[in-house]
Order: sequence, then structure tokens, then C-alpha cells
Amino acid sequence: MSALLTSSRTSGSEIVKELAFFAVIALMMSVMILGVKTVDRPTGLELAVRWDLVVIAILSTIVGRLALIVRREHLSRLGQAILITIAATTVFEMFVRFREMDDRMAPPVTLDMAFSSFASVVVAIILLAIVFSIAYFTVRKPGANEDDSKPKLSAKLQVGYRANTKKIGILGIAFFIMFPFFFAGDRSAIDLATLVMIYVMLGWGLNIVVGLAGLLDLGYVAFYAVGAYSYALLSQSFGLSFWICLPLAGLFAASFGIILGFPVLRLRGDYLAIVTLGFGEIIRVVLINWYDLTRGPDGIGSIERPTFFGLADFGRRVPEGMVGFNELFGLEYSSMHRLIFLYYLILVLALITNFVTLRLRKLPIGRAWEALREDEIACRSLGINPTNTKLSAFAIGAMFGGFAGAFFATRQGFISPESFTFLESAVILAIVVMGGMGSQIGVVLAAFVMIGFPEMFRELAEYRMLIFGAGMVAIMLWRPRGLLSFRDPTILLHMTQKEKAVGETK
Amino acid sequence: MTDNKLLEVEHLTMRFGGLVAIDNLSFTARKREITAIIGPNGAGKTTVFNCLTGFYVPTEGRLTLHANDGPRLLERTEGFRIPRNNGVARTFQNIRLFTGMTVLENLVVAQHNRLMEASFFSLAGLFNLGRYAKAEKESVEKAKFWLNKIGLYEFADWNAGNLPYGSQRRLEIARAMCVDPSLLCLDEPAAGLNPRESAELNVLLQSIRDEEGVGLLLIEHDMSVVMKISDHVIVLDYGKKIADGNPDAVKNDPAVIRAYLGEDEDDELPPEVAADLNLDPKAH
Amino acid sequence: MDWAYFLQQLINGLTLGAIYGLIAIGYTMVYGIIGMINFAHGEIYMLGAFHSLITFLICQAAGISGILPLTLLLMLFVSMVLTSIYGWGVERIAYRPLRGSFRLAALISAIGMSIFLQNFVQISQGARVKPIQPLVEGGITLLDSTDFHVRLSYMQIIIILLTFTLMVVFSLLIAKTSLGRAQRACEQDRTMAGLLGINVDRTISTTFVMGAALASVAGMMVTLYYGVIDFYIGFLAGVKAFTAAVLGGIGSLPGAMLGGLLIGLIESFWSGYLTIEYKDVATFSILVLVLIFRPWGLMGKPEVEKV
Repeated sequence: MSALLTSSRTSGSEIVKELAFFAVIALMMSVMILGVKTVDRPTGLELAVRWDLVVIAILSTIVGRLALIVRREHLSRLGQAILITIAATTVFEMFVRFREMDDRMAPPVTLDMAFSSFASVVVAIILLAIVFSIAYFTVRKPGANEDDSKPKLSAKLQVGYRANTKKIGILGIAFFIMFPFFFAGDRSAIDLATLVMIYVMLGWGLNIVVGLAGLLDLGYVAFYAVGAYSYALLSQSFGLSFWICLPLAGLFAASFGIILGFPVLRLRGDYLAIVTLGFGEIIRVVLINWYDLTRGPDGIGSIERPTFFGLADFGRRVPEGMVGFNELFGLEYSSMHRLIFLYYLILVLALITNFVTLRLRKLPIGRAWEALREDEIACRSLGINPTNTKLSAFAIGAMFGGFAGAFFATRQGFISPESFTFLESAVILAIVVMGGMGSQIGVVLAAFVMIGFPEMFRELAEYRMLIFGAGMVAIMLWRPRGLLSFRDPTILLHMTQKEKAVGETK
Repeated sequence: MTDNKLLEVEHLTMRFGGLVAIDNLSFTARKREITAIIGPNGAGKTTVFNCLTGFYVPTEGRLTLHANDGPRLLERTEGFRIPRNNGVARTFQNIRLFTGMTVLENLVVAQHNRLMEASFFSLAGLFNLGRYAKAEKESVEKAKFWLNKIGLYEFADWNAGNLPYGSQRRLEIARAMCVDPSLLCLDEPAAGLNPRESAELNVLLQSIRDEEGVGLLLIEHDMSVVMKISDHVIVLDYGKKIADGNPDAVKNDPAVIRAYLGEDEDDELPPEVAADLNLDPKAH
Repeated sequence: MDWAYFLQQLINGLTLGAIYGLIAIGYTMVYGIIGMINFAHGEIYMLGAFHSLITFLICQAAGISGILPLTLLLMLFVSMVLTSIYGWGVERIAYRPLRGSFRLAALISAIGMSIFLQNFVQISQGARVKPIQPLVEGGITLLDSTDFHVRLSYMQIIIILLTFTLMVVFSLLIAKTSLGRAQRACEQDRTMAGLLGINVDRTISTTFVMGAALASVAGMMVTLYYGVIDFYIGFLAGVKAFTAAVLGGIGSLPGAMLGGLLIGLIESFWSGYLTIEYKDVATFSILVLVLIFRPWGLMGKPEVEKV
């Protein structure tokens, strides 16, 4: 270790000073929030002291900072990877100890467990190896030149991806169509896929507003809510079927988009963000308080499930005048039929959203959206009506949100204002931005990262949002423009898609 | 001469709070002519453009555009409608291209309104009906025509932001021309160009005047451009018109020389300024 | 009764408004200097509330909670210091690497930070509401009629006085000191300020620290005023405080305070005279109206569109 330090450009004492500084910062940040827990007792709040957590927090900060120093000074790839692995382990240990404090929650995994059996030792080693290799291989070799003549792997991948978006898209669609065949019996897999698909659709819808037209909308969930409640209320009050309500829900949401958008779309970016956030909250507050219409926080239950295009029903007990889905196709009854049908329904809805968006991009309106995102003043000088153009993006985005909302209502069978909080808007926006603004495949990727992964780790329920938040920060730091950030031209004269991709990444 | 009027500016005044940027300005620009507006920095030239193209609403005055089908009052028209309905297109002092879009896309976006109509507000386009496909083809042809004209045909698929500065200037002019204007307003088109590019620009502007039959309104500091190609020069100083006439008359106008050189100068021009004004110092 | 009721709502509204105003200053300063919505600022306020709560509990355990002024000062001091470090850390981790990068990236990072901090506190401190017994009791009865009492509690006096003092101190800090000058310079042109030898990084860090310190005071006052806090209080307070900052004209310190007071008054009067359920709707509707007719806010300067 000392050899490691002496070879650096920064002197040893400076590094010690730096580490001490961050240790003090870590101490101050953790001493109360981590070190002292408020415990509810019948007599009032009491304190429980957890010094171990503070010590671990400080340790992981020091080790992590040391890793950063090693990286900064281009000292040793190995050293850095080892340090990062240690830091990651201590952070993990800290979170495990978090949980032990709370008697209600039994820790699912602890460091001790890693040594309890041979299998878990293997798992622990594999996990550590993954962390280690990520830490090791994401670093440039010490002394390597910036302008390496050999193109980087990531650049190659990017070109490969950009040149083949169409193929990747078709493969992806094929995968999603085949998905239920692979997991036909797996309820939770289909459920998860459906959930991810909802967010893919919402992401694609919001992508029109944020990615193409560049309008920062923090209240997209409002349109989702309008769609869901329109379906629930129309179906319960007037007995309309899902297939009639679906277009109506989209229409309502779009009209809402126009009504909300008209006064506010001339506002500058951040103001628009805060106003749309406000609108999202207003809709939620109205949903909570307009009890006669929405049944407030109790929500609306037993919402009609969709039929097979009005031809057949999926229930075990088929209503009169209807045929069971299984009877129609001569199958044995299975509750999976409905789930798979719902999955295909959202898949089709999402794909419609995608194709409409892709088509619109190549139409004058789509080009005007992108032009508006680039420079509104220039657009005005070319005779493009900024208000109408923005409004159309807002309304179309809202419409798809409304469709998704109606689907959500029919899938859940129960909706309440709790499903439409700001967090949902933030998640959808994060999917769009992380995917790479305007990138359709990026949205799918980001939806998987944001929704799929956390859902897979359901056992870590209360850590989910914590990891989610930290992940949002980490991805943004890693790729500020999103995972797949580039723009496909809508029209090319000489080059092919591939040539353009190669030319730009050079 | 009178039936040849394209733009009539009458008693235009623009105030920002207490500041009078333009003070009772009247002038006329004619069809198939290049009208240059010159003047020292801060004389209100760009403000005139902003009034003409609807970015500012003038405090007072009347702006009449004599389009082929009758006069139009510009000061009553909402910003984006001026290029759309009246055919006034413009460029900007600091280039405003859609830098992330390709050169070709820039030119196609400029034909937005015609394409929008052809695509029946996107509905026909969504289902790729023939009418829209034809209109799009035409728009690309038009873009190609202008690309050839400004010598950027090979660069059609480049991102506009990656072009060199001079090419960006020309692209912005081509983009404005794709609006099908009857009046083209250019805000310092020669700024930052090297002499060769500047000469090329002269040719381009003259061909727009002669071949397209478009009237040009030009703000320019580069006297070599102004004196060589303009048919009519208007000089502004502190928001007021101090001279109006053909280039030769203007460059000998004592008021103009004073505005550029200050009050206390004697009649003798320093040689480099004289060269700028394209004068022969000995002839003075 | 009518006037008495009005007066009581006015007092309550001003108290609430003072708290919003203190949080709003953090938003407005950060927005002024780096032009981003610091979405995690509401969480900083929540952390301030928790720090002061825990400090109080420690005082109680140490047996010095009987000496009220000492306890209050300790709460104020500890909470300000520790929370400021969170403000500093958030900027350092989540915003600084993204400075000058894509604008939305910083916003998403801020939202992520906000979610992280919220859940961090939820896990480490538990999800349940944390009640404490009222520390400062009593007050002055201003008006005593048979059916209605107008009361100005000591706590309300403390809140309003403390807010006022902090406002004056911070205004002086920004108007008179070299730190404030550096801040204003960075607001105008960060690159130029850097070229002139101002340590831009440090100035921005200081701005976050100052904002966090004020937010922590707001957090402490809420803890004392309402007596219950939980990990979720930051979100709504943050949104409303940002609304206040926009209302007052973002970038303007007095504007933020004025905006905060207005939001507090609107909420208090709306719930006093109309429906308590729709008070948030009222707040946001007013924000929308202001933005439509006066986008630069009440005390901001209108921007002339540069073409």
C-alpha cells in the first residue's frame, strides 16, 4: 500500500488529509441519521444507538475515496478494483445491519450467510467477482493514451447498434411476441412482463412530449389517471365495455392535455415542468376529494375485465349471453388465458404507440417537434406555429397515456389515487431520459432497468426504492445523455443509416 | 417605379421602456432589388427586422407588404404567420440552425406548412397516402435545388451543427428560401466570412434577386458586400434614418460619414476607412 | 368573530409562509446560480427536521431538555451543521459531475437523489410518524371574545422572528460580503467569474450549504410547530416552496420570501374559509395564473426575448 502511495503525484500527507476530510464528512452525515434510531415506545420516542453503522459508513467512505484517488492518479487498476470491491462489501454489510435493527424484518441475506454453506460461498464469490470485474474493466489502463488508435469496444457496439436499429427492433418485437410461449405457466413472469410493457408504453407516450418536442412534463401521470378513471367510471356508470371505453379514455386524456396545455405551453422549460407537476398533483387531490364521483381514497373496485373482443369471456363463471374463452377455442379453462391475453393487449397497444411515433417522426409534424426542441425562435421565423405544434405533441402523448391508463384499470380491476403519485411521473420521465431522449429502443431498455430489475428483487422490498433512487443518480452520472443517446435522421439523401452511424461516432 | 413596391415602412417607432430604439422610420424596399440597411452598432437595425418578422410588436407605425395578391399589414400579424401567410423569411445574426438535425432536414422543416397541408395535418401521412408522398418528394427536390445552389449537396446528410461556419451561413439563407418568401431579410450574412466566402455570398444573393425574383433586405457591416451588390442603401443612426439612396449617393453623404467617423473629423478620411467604404481617397 | 377569525388565519398563514419562504430561498439561490431545480431540496428540509428531532431526543436522554433555551439552541445549531453537510454532499455527488452537461440529466439526478434520501431516512429511521411533545407552549391571547380566541403562540413568535432575522442576515451576507459578490458574479456568468479568479466550485458549494442551512431551520420549526414529522414531509413542502420561489420570481431572495408568505396565506385562508381539502389545488392554480400572466414572477425581472 505504501508503495502504491509513494509513486503517486500527490504526496502521502495530502492523501491522508483528503481521506481524513471525507471521513469527517461521513461521520457528520451518518452520526445521527444512521447512528441514532428513533424507536417508538408506548411512552414516546426513544433512542437506540448503532455505532457499528457509523463506523461502517466511515470505513466504506474512506475505502471508496481511496479507490477514487487511485483512479485519479492512474495508479493501479487492480488496486482500484480491490478497493471498490471492499467498499461495495461494506456498503452491503451496512444495509444488512440496517435491517437487523428492525425486529419486524428478518434479514434475507447477510454476510454471515455467505459462509453458511458451500453454495452460498460460491454465490458470494461470484457476486464479488462481478463487482470486481466491473470495477476492473471499466477503467482505462494506466498510461493508456486518450486517442487510442484501436476503437473502443463501446464505440464499436454503438455503431453496431445504430446501424442495425431496425433489426434489433424486429428481434425485440419477436422476443416479446414469443415471450408467453416460454413462460406459459409462470404467472409472475407474465405479470412482470405486462408491468414492464405498461411502462414501456408510458415511456413511449412521454417520449413524444419530452424526447421529441422537448417539453419537460413532470405530470404525465395525470393523463394516465384520467385514462384509468374514465374507463372505470364509464364502465361502471354506463356499463360500456372495455373496447368502447378504450378509445374514449384516450380521447378524454387528449382533451385534458389540450385544456391543460393551452395556457401553459408558452412557458419556458423549467416553469413548464413545475406547472405540469402542479397539474399532476391537482388531479390527484381532486381524485382523493371528489368522493361522490371517484370514491376518494377508497378507490374504485371490481372494474370490468376485458372480454376477448366482445366475443368471449375469460372468467371461470361466464356471464349470460357470453361464451367462455376456453369454450370458444375448445381449451381447458385456465386463469392464465386472461393474463396472457392482457399481456398481448398491452404489447399491441405499446407497439401501436411505437409505430405511430416512428411514423410521426418522419412527417412534417414530427420534424417540427424536433425543430422546436432545437430552436423555437428559428421555428417561428419559418412559419411554424409553436403553440399548435407543442399542443399536438402534448395531446398525442396524453392520448397514449390515457390508453395505458384504461389498460391499467382493466388489468388491476381496482384503481385508487395512490397509483397516480408524483413518483410515477418521475419514474416515467426517468425511463425516457435514461433511455436516451427520443430513442425508442432506449425506452425499452430503461423500462427493464427501472421496473424489471427492482421487481425481480422483491424480497428486498424496502430497499427497492433506495436502490432505485441511487441507480437513477448513478446512470445519469455514467451516461448523462441516456443509455442510447443518438438521433436517427428522418430522411437521408446519400448515406445509409450505417454510414451515418459510423461517420458520427468517429 | 411606384407599382414596384414590395415593402413600405411608414413612421415605424419602437420603444423599450424609455429607450427609443427606432424613431419614426420610413422607407421603401422594391421588388427584385437588394436593399441594405447599414449603420453603426446599436443603430436599431436588428430591431427593424424583429418588427418586420413579428418578434416585436412596433409601438407605432405601419408595415405594408405588397404581396402579389394585394397589400398585407405586417404589424397586425402574429409572429409565425408572417412567414407563413405573407412570405417574409429571415436569417439571424447569430446563426439559428437546427444543429442536431441534418442539413436536408433543416431545409425540409422550412417547408413545414405546405407539407402539413399535403399530409392533411398528419392523418394522410400516417397512412402514407400518395398525396403526401408526392409532396414530400417535391420538398426534397426543392431542398436539393438549394443544396446545389449553395454547394452543400454532398453534405446533405451531415448534422447542420458540424458544418463549417461559412456553410452554416449559406445553409441558413437556403433554409429561409425554402419558405418561398417574397421578401428575404438577412441579418449580417457576411459576418465572420473570409473574403472568398464573402464573394461567393455576393453571387448567391444576386442570383436570389435575379433568378428567384425575391426582394432582399440586408443588414450588413461589410461594406464590400453592401456597396457591390445593393441597389438601395438606407443608413440608420440612433434609430433614425440619416440617408437613403443608391450606394454611390450614400457613401458620399456627409451625414453618413459623420455617423461612422464621429462629428469632429475633418473631411479627410483615413485610408483604411476609405477602402472599407470602397472609396478612392485621392478622389476626395 | 369575523375579524377575529380573519386575524387568526392571518397569523397562521404568516407562520406557515415563513417556513415555506425559508425553504424557497434554497431553491431560488441554487436556481439563480446554476439554473437547475434542486429537486432534493425538500428532502434536505426533511433531514433538517430529523436532525433536530434526534438532537432533542439526545438532549432529553442527557437530561438537559429542561433547560429550554439551551435545548433549542443546540437543536438549531446541530441541525444546521449536519444538514448543511448533506446539502454539500448532494451537490458534490449528484450535481457537480453533471454541471455543464445535458440539462435534463441534472434534473433526473436530482429526482433520483430525492427518492434515495427519502428512502434512506425511511429505512434508517422507520416509516412511522415521529411525534414529540410540544416544547414551547403557551402564547398571547390577542383578542378574547365569547366565541372565539385569537391566539399568537410563543412558537409562532419564535418562527416569525427567527425567519425575519435569518432573512436579514442572509440578505446582508449576499449584499455585502465577498462571498455574496462571488455568488452574484457566478449567477451572471460562471465562465467569466472563473476566469477572474473566483473559485466557482466553492461558491456553488457554499450556495448549497446556505440553502440547506435555511431549510434545516425550517425543518426544525416544523418539528416544533406541528410536533409530528415523517420521512415523507419533504416532497410536498419542497414542491410548494419551489412554487413559492417561482411565484416570487426565481433568483430573487426577497421574492422567495414573499412567495412563501403568499403561499402560506393562500393556504391558510383557503382552508379557513373554503375547503381544507382543496388548498393544494388553490396553491397550484395561483401558480399557473401567475406564470401565465407574469412568467418572471412577482419580484423577478422580465426577460426580453433575444433574437
